[in-house]
Amino acid sequence: MRLDPTTLLTWLGMMAVTYGARAGGYWLVQRYPLGGRFKAALEAVPMAVLTAIIAPTVLATGPAESLAALATLVIAWRLPALAAVAGGVMTVVLLRMVMG
Amino acid sequence: MPEAATAPARRGNDEFLLGAWQMLPLLIAVIPFALIMGALCAEKGMSPLETALMSALVFAGSSQFVAAGLWQHPIPMLAIVAGTALINSRHLLMSAALAPNMGGFGRTRAYLALFFMADENWAMAMRRAAAGPLTVSYYLGLSVPFYLSWVLWTTVGNLIGGVIADPKRFGFDFAFAAVFLVILLSLNKARRNLLPIAVSAVAALVAWRLLPGSAYIFVGGLAGTVAGALAGQRPANAP
Repeated sequence: MRLDPTTLLTWLGMMAVTYGARAGGYWLVQRYPLGGRFKAALEAVPMAVLTAIIAPTVLATGPAESLAALATLVIAWRLPALAAVAGGVMTVVLLRMVMG
Repeated sequence: MPEAATAPARRGNDEFLLGAWQMLPLLIAVIPFALIMGALCAEKGMSPLETALMSALVFAGSSQFVAAGLWQHPIPMLAIVAGTALINSRHLLMSAALAPNMGGFGRTRAYLALFFMADENWAMAMRRAAAGPLTVSYYLGLSVPFYLSWVLWTTVGNLIGGVIADPKRFGFDFAFAAVFLVILLSLNKARRNLLPIAVSAVAALVAWRLLPGSAYIFVGGLAGTVAGALAGQRPANAP
């Protein structure tokens, strides 16, 4: 099967920068002691990154996505996560059909 | 998925299966995108082996889409690698946040485990870490099937080509937003702090309009993180 050396080199370059980021954060935390602001920053990362990932879909794609996100949150308040995800996906499919 | 909270001391095997089980919805939601990714690679003239190797070595969906989009001959290697670095810079923040929860891993296993860290399994790992200790087995349960599935289905997509309809029709694209939203909600219940969320949302939306690719994730993530740092630590673990 065909494997072009330049292609492989490109993959290795992509792997190097990606793994560098994946290992780099761990390396930094191992090297510099956690304390004060650094600790507060790390504690904010999960919410900040998750928010950034979903912000365009939830807030700026269309009413179907925004309403489905709202439905997901409402369901998740009382029911298990899986029900919330299923409810959100069904809501978006229905609203996209209705709203064209 | 709240059963993670009640599983502090399971044996390795159970932990692996629990991780794999809780990851299943995300694993399934990724399959249509993996097929499309593989089909795109085939369209651009990549062989199944080249497609499988890209997935196995890089294992980062959005940067692989960008690479395939830029693909031509001669290969714009520098642009692809630079774009990948920009898109995946968010992993720097993510692994820093995961690091304090990897005490049970040991250094070597942590560096190996981080090779498999993508948005989806990272989010699930952080969710677990908020409820109890993150074990190696649970992390591998989240990561290994997810990784193998990505490599498998991108390769299958390359072999069968563009038979997949628009995943939006079935809401697969929204499944990620829904899962991340639920995780966000559970993390915020544990640590009520709306400032990083608000700052990240605004910064991400602005960057999404202005910058190419998924650089907005890093911009929003960084802005929210800085906001969290400047606001300082809230009185520890307010209920």
